[in-house]
Amino acid sequence: MGFVTATAARQAGRNFFELAAQFRSFATIGFRRYATYRQATVASLATNTTFGFLRSYVLLAVVAASGAGSIAGYSRAQLMSFVWLGQGLIGVVLLWGWNDLSERIRSGDVVMDLLRPQHPVFAYVSADLGRAGYAFATRFLPPVVIGSIVFGMALPTRATTYALGLCSVLLAVLVCFLCRYLVNSCAYWLLDNRGPTMAWMVFSGVLGGLYFPLRMLPGWAMWALWLGTPFPSILQAPLDVISEHGGVPGPAAMLAVQAAWAVVLLAACLLVQRRAERRLVVQGG
Amino acid sequence: MNVIEARGLRKEFTVRAKAGRFRRTSSVVSAVDGVDLAVERGELLGYLGPNGAGKSTTLKMMTGVLHPTAGDLTVCGYAPVPQRRRLAARIGVVFGQRSGLQWDLPLRDSFTLLRHVHRVPAGEHAAALRRCTDLLDLGSFMDTPVRQLSLGQRMRGELTAALLHSPEVLFLDEPTIGLDVLSKQAVRQFLAELGARGDTTVVLTTHDLADIERLCRRIVVIDHGRVVHDGTLTQLHERYGSQRRVTADFAVPVVPGDVSGLPGVTLESAEAARLVFALDSTAEVGDLIARLVTWGTLRDLSIAEPEIEDVISRLYLSPATSIMS
Ligand SMILES: Nc1ncnc2c1ncn2[C@@H]1O[C@H](COP(=O)(O)OP(=O)(O)O)[C@@H](O)[C@H]1O
Ligand SMILES: [Mg+2]
Repeated sequence: MGFVTATAARQAGRNFFELAAQFRSFATIGFRRYATYRQATVASLATNTTFGFLRSYVLLAVVAASGAGSIAGYSRAQLMSFVWLGQGLIGVVLLWGWNDLSERIRSGDVVMDLLRPQHPVFAYVSADLGRAGYAFATRFLPPVVIGSIVFGMALPTRATTYALGLCSVLLAVLVCFLCRYLVNSCAYWLLDNRGPTMAWMVFSGVLGGLYFPLRMLPGWAMWALWLGTPFPSILQAPLDVISEHGGVPGPAAMLAVQAAWAVVLLAACLLVQRRAERRLVVQGG
Repeated sequence: MNVIEARGLRKEFTVRAKAGRFRRTSSVVSAVDGVDLAVERGELLGYLGPNGAGKSTTLKMMTGVLHPTAGDLTVCGYAPVPQRRRLAARIGVVFGQRSGLQWDLPLRDSFTLLRHVHRVPAGEHAAALRRCTDLLDLGSFMDTPVRQLSLGQRMRGELTAALLHSPEVLFLDEPTIGLDVLSKQAVRQFLAELGARGDTTVVLTTHDLADIERLCRRIVVIDHGRVVHDGTLTQLHERYGSQRRVTADFAVPVVPGDVSGLPGVTLESAEAARLVFALDSTAEVGDLIARLVTWGTLRDLSIAEPEIEDVISRLYLSPATSIMS
């Protein structure tokens, strides 16, 4: 048995269970890859927590100056949720510091990704969800616990918020991953991928609701960002869902926008991948 | 049916280069220039040629990661590029310079992933992995992260990874390049074993004649994208008169005796205690050694195989070249 007898072709996963098993094995690899770098996890955690304190004091000063006790419909406790959930989610969605794909494109190792029976986007998305699972335990929970002990956060009052929040975080991971995949894929066409990477770092933070809640913007600007860019779907959406912000858009609308962006970006990734592969197979890696 | 069939296979690359401040010139490089090849099931084919001959380019086309400029190509009955993912389930690939392993994780994890990637039943996977572990001696570094492995260890891992799903065809691009002697030996022995079973078709590229000397019955030599020889190694040596070199070091300087009685042996140089002989394909090394020991005490003896570059340059000198094409 084994390689002694070359067996007839096994088709790539066709039924749901086989697909699920393949998803799980890619996800396991993604999880374990990050689990091997404990020091990196601790360092990121320390950074996220430090910035959590900074942002908390800034926003608390803004609230105090306004004299109203709330801004943009966020109570003081909701603002603290916004800050600390955000600091935790940066690591879960992995907003910055992912250039695995562009590195593989540059080195030519990406060719090996094409020599698998699975679609590369499927393999990468599975691995990233595994990574997010690890990050949820190690990079989300600690800042949230610290934030709620030191500043007092608003905990969800409705049971459904937990379920909706989980869906929203999952969609956020997916949307963020697909964006990163697109940014990394620029390396197929550019010798130097620093431009797209920088643009992504700036826009994802500023326009995604990390530095300030997008609800502080005038209505038209906020809606333009929500519908015209994927950025609010990455952080603003799960933050507002979990902190139970009462305004418009409500949780259902935010989840719908997130889902729509996930679909659009997935289509874009598949298209880009097809173009990239065509370029690769014609010009040589 | 042939496992691999190529007819008039060509690949041209367009290379753009800066010429002056604004002008750019583009030139066309013919990396593979009309290769015809039919490989039967179970063959162990040596695909030989100097650097830049077009070996890797051919393999990339056969594995579906590079689109041929012209020609017909089927592998396992598939058109490689359009049916790449289906083909991927039936072939194993090792590109010497690329890694198919999980860099940050223990070697073992890569193998587990591949079991699911290729949907190999657990029992079959375990049996294949055990075989590879024994033959390639993986046991001592199975739990070491891939990034910490030596090149030789990594290459043994790559070979295993390419084989665990029992592929019908194994494509190996320079699997011994840069390896230490022991790892080279292990890889060659492993391939010999695989070839002896006669079940898996193997295409092995190399620029090292020693790699395929005892391994491949059939050798295809390529140069400048063209097949210049397709046959056995013996035929190659016979046809082009390539020569092995025997260097004999004696304990004290000797006066070389007569070798005219030994067919195919000529004395190339003699300086003090060192004699160098050139042997063509008809010569018997054993007879020469038997003669040498009568001249004095031998301290050291080495036999060097002809370099591929020598063989190729002889291919061009030889009139037989014209009938190849
Ligand atoms: N992507 C590419 N773009 C341009 N030229 C290439 C590319 N890949 C290979 N070549 C050229 O094609 C020729 C054959 O290369 P290759 O197949 O890698 O040779 P080998 O593997 O036999 O050493 C070389 O002249 C090489 O420079
Ligand atoms: Mg090569």
